[in-house]
Amino acid sequence: MNPAYSVILFTTASGAGYGLLALLGLVGLNHGQASSVAFAVTSMFVALALITIGLLSSTFHLGHPERAWRALSQWRSSWLSREGVAAVLTYPVALAFGLVWSGLVDAPRWITPLGIACLFMSALTVFCTGKIYASLRTIPQWNHGLTVPVYLAFGLATGAAVLAAVATLFGRFQTFQVILVLVLLAVVIVLKSLYWRAIDTAIPRFTMGDATGLGGHVRQWEVPHTNVNFIQKEMGYVVARRHAEKLRRLVMLALLAAIIAALLSWLVTPWFSFALAAAALCAAVVERWLFFAEATHVVNLYYGIDKA
Amino acid sequence: MTSLPGTTQKKLGLVIDLDVCVGCQACATSCKEWNTQGVSAPLSDAKPRSAEPMGTWLNRIHGYEVHDEGREDARIVHFPRSCLHCETPACVTVCPTGASYKRAEDGIVLVNPETCIGCKLCSWACPYGAREYDAPTGVMKKCTLCVDRIYNENFVEEDRVPACVKACPTGARSFGDLGDANSAVSQLVRERGGYDLMPDMGYKPTNKYLPPRARRDTAVVEALPKSDGSAMEKLFAWADKLMSAPKASARANESDLSDRLEG
Repeated sequence: MNPAYSVILFTTASGAGYGLLALLGLVGLNHGQASSVAFAVTSMFVALALITIGLLSSTFHLGHPERAWRALSQWRSSWLSREGVAAVLTYPVALAFGLVWSGLVDAPRWITPLGIACLFMSALTVFCTGKIYASLRTIPQWNHGLTVPVYLAFGLATGAAVLAAVATLFGRFQTFQVILVLVLLAVVIVLKSLYWRAIDTAIPRFTMGDATGLGGHVRQWEVPHTNVNFIQKEMGYVVARRHAEKLRRLVMLALLAAIIAALLSWLVTPWFSFALAAAALCAAVVERWLFFAEATHVVNLYYGIDKA
Repeated sequence: MTSLPGTTQKKLGLVIDLDVCVGCQACATSCKEWNTQGVSAPLSDAKPRSAEPMGTWLNRIHGYEVHDEGREDARIVHFPRSCLHCETPACVTVCPTGASYKRAEDGIVLVNPETCIGCKLCSWACPYGAREYDAPTGVMKKCTLCVDRIYNENFVEEDRVPACVKACPTGARSFGDLGDANSAVSQLVRERGGYDLMPDMGYKPTNKYLPPRARRDTAVVEALPKSDGSAMEKLFAWADKLMSAPKASARANESDLSDRLEG
């Protein structure tokens, strides 16, 4: 699959944003009103900015961005529509939580329910994002039980890394945040390794014989057009697939760098948490690019691949 | 609405005979010609006269080489590929705007170009590559089963078929109601063992493909005339030998020449 850069930016930025928002909801749930208005406002601003940048960038790849509002209508059948609805509904919840948690609005008894709502809406939105991909039977590498968990884990891990950086800025860096980041990075590494092993060892579900109905010994003889068409450009992307091994190592290296930065921020100085956030986000971007590049759409069976 | 209708009154679709198709591209070009000015208009072309032309087409004709079990020679099968107007198409249900829909009356799957946002997700959901994104207009295009021909009362009855069916010079494409067991297309499917593409995908395609018929054994020449030892036959054998000899020496000369050229 051709990785649309706007979609990579969207899923990684908004993933981190929702991860951060979920964790802030959890912070509010545990500690009540924030100890510093500046910290609360800044961290909420960062979360919503990441989410908004992501959502805006996702409209860049649309043919008609001005019609994007229509995407909220088909939540009964479409995961993309559900994601849009969840994303829009999260805004008022997040704003309300931000106001009471920061203390700008004095209503402490609302912190807990709104914190839970933030946590729930963030999880729901990222779940819907993952489901858009996981529900496509046409792409075996996506139509996999680990797709959604990986999206959720990356969102939380990158969100936790950003939280550590923002907390450092306000002198609120805590050992607990390091432990949380380390646990989440470990979860990401385990899930992603399991996912890669699963797609590497998966038995192809369809062959060119199934696609054409012409049996077991079919070979492409003539393509239907002189130049590549939309189908090949969109579904037949192979640039990064050739470098998949290198890119996988790069993801793991970035995750390892994030772990080292997390340990250094604990043992040396909290300012390493910025390196932690940068490394975690880098890992997420490369991972998302690979997620697209390694996906083989079954339509390629009509264009010469043997099995998918 | 992108939720699918439970049942459709008709299941209009195509039956494509792979035994008869000669890969002439008439269906593809007539489709392009009709639909670039019909309800799907335009089917854009980008840089059509350059070295890298790109264009939106709703019908693509592949060629495959098929090796039958136990035979050394292959056969070529021409394979038209377009929307199959599936009964449970995920291209419709994934659409976030409702622009993609399946009609309850005849099962035709359509895109409303006024509400499509061009997110391309439907093209990802289609296993058959039936949907092509038209970049200049920013919306998705697909086969309409020539919905603007088949009900068009300005046409005489025999012309109320999709442009591809009308254009096919070998009669490889048939159009009709596959939901009606007594229709000509349903009978054709029964008689010839019409099949679905990738049935395990679960989309329940309406269009059916008729497999190439079993081949006659034309590779083996059965009745070589036996020698009768006549004088005439000996004469021909002598002439054959005479004419074969210079050929061998000519070939030797050619290789000499090529040696010289290479040297």
